[in-house]
Amino acid sequence: MLKTTLKNKLQQKANLIRQDVIKMTGEAGSGHPGGSLSAADIITVLYFHHMNHKPKDPKWEGRDRFVLSKGHACPALYAALAECGYFDRKELINLRKMGSILQGHPDSRRTPGVEISTGSLGLGLPAAAGMALAGKIDKASHKVYTLIGDGESQEGIVWEGAMFAAHHKLDNMVAFLDNNGLQIDGLVNEIVKIEPIAEKWQAFGWETFEIDGHDIDDIVRSLEKADAVKGKPAMIIAKTIKGKGVSFMENEVDWHGVAPNLKQVRQALKELENNN
Amino acid sequence: MSKEAEKQMTYHATRQGYGEALLELGAENPNVVVLDADLAKSTTSIAFKKHFPKRFFDCGIAEQGMMGVAAGLAASGKVCFTGSFAMFATGRAFEPVRNTIAYGNLNVNLCPTHAGITVGADGSSHQALEDITLMRAIPGMKVVVPADYIEAKRAVKAAAKIKGPVYIRLGRAPTPDINDAETYKFELGKARVLREGRDVSIVAVGLMVYEALQAAEALAKEGIEAEVINLITVKPLDKDTVLKSAKKTGRVVTAEWHTLIGGVGSAVSEFLSQNQPCPLAMVGIEGRFGQSGSPDELLKHYGLTAKAIKQKAKKLVSS
Repeated sequence: MLKTTLKNKLQQKANLIRQDVIKMTGEAGSGHPGGSLSAADIITVLYFHHMNHKPKDPKWEGRDRFVLSKGHACPALYAALAECGYFDRKELINLRKMGSILQGHPDSRRTPGVEISTGSLGLGLPAAAGMALAGKIDKASHKVYTLIGDGESQEGIVWEGAMFAAHHKLDNMVAFLDNNGLQIDGLVNEIVKIEPIAEKWQAFGWETFEIDGHDIDDIVRSLEKADAVKGKPAMIIAKTIKGKGVSFMENEVDWHGVAPNLKQVRQALKELENNN
Repeated sequence: MSKEAEKQMTYHATRQGYGEALLELGAENPNVVVLDADLAKSTTSIAFKKHFPKRFFDCGIAEQGMMGVAAGLAASGKVCFTGSFAMFATGRAFEPVRNTIAYGNLNVNLCPTHAGITVGADGSSHQALEDITLMRAIPGMKVVVPADYIEAKRAVKAAAKIKGPVYIRLGRAPTPDINDAETYKFELGKARVLREGRDVSIVAVGLMVYEALQAAEALAKEGIEAEVINLITVKPLDKDTVLKSAKKTGRVVTAEWHTLIGGVGSAVSEFLSQNQPCPLAMVGIEGRFGQSGSPDELLKHYGLTAKAIKQKAKKLVSS
């Protein structure tokens, strides 16, 4: 078990990120709050606890890398990057605005801390595999983490990357699956189901872990275990709730790509502040 | 060209230049990494695999995944070369190439082989006729179409030092060596005037450059002096050379073994129509799919010959 103080700190960070996601998408008038909220705890643990990185030196060679393959959850990533100090928190309000360093989907050329441009679904996982492979070639000790969506797993390129990573025994790579069960058109299970998930990834040669993606303890422990896997990449299948933390967004498919209005922002922030 | 001269001609496929350049790059630059998609024997990257097995990765029959992996490698400081057939590298994998590689301006060079109609007997599914169009449309993508093996080899070597992605279009079938290996220097964005003339400019790429030279020789016999330009780089276009020639001759014929929609003829027209409008004719494939056949049969069938270039040039000169 994590020390209570650490756990509290991480929960507070995750809550702050959720508030930022609401403020940012509300201000932008567009964006993807649902999937950002479902990924918030995983991103928090990576950036504020697990990963070895230097926000003031984003290109530091020894850093662990994170690739947000489900790029539409970038409000959560941007909030974490800003809170870490990659750039000024004042930038957050410019999400999706003309000329902003915070594009609608992650842009490595504009945003300090974004390793590679993503957003077109599926491209992040093979790119993370390429980074892990580069680490192997260079005999480097850093790790590469990536986060994919459950709907995203319908993309064929995900499985091309999955095969490649397993074939090359990329045990310096750990992926998360943000298994929130929803995609734009409805339930993943009703569109094109991706289950059985663990068996699929195992069959593709990956070690798998199944966790509660909103339990800080669970996330921390699974990362420690996944890092220790030898000879193959690891997939942490995280059961999550789309819209987690905001009652009227939770498990509501329509909050995939719709921003809250001012009234909804206020209500959401009130709920999140009360949770703090 | 005399029968005697033709006999002395040597032939190589441009893809051979790829394999040879990779071997030299492998020895010179430890950062060079080569990927292929189960076509290493065809693309000739197999030689690199043999000599530098730790820096060669066969991604299997997964071109999109290969481009994604290449992007990750390049984002980690590697200089990547990816091989496949032009059809799959630019068609199947267009979106990873655009969204991950080009958008990030990553050092991933695409050097697919088997471009154009001269793939031959494999037929339409394997004949990329739209690849120049697709790659040219991507911001920041450089597009090179070598005319022979020597040019291909130098272009591949140069690509390793060029920031951001470079597309190098390579062919399967052997074509005449037209450059002198001793003196040839490749420079991105620089065309070469192979023959000077005052009556008409022929701007050609790839194997059509040799056809253009043949056409110019035939035209000369009829008193028409054609200027032959080997464009080499389709993007960025060598505006100075094209402009100077068009100003001098006032008539331009373009020649490519590729669709006329968005290819080399389009690139030259886009530029000249806005800067030096002049009568222009295009030799290329007119919005059609290919089919099985020998490269020579196909080139004739689709009108990709010296004869076709000559006819279009003559028509321009006489009108």
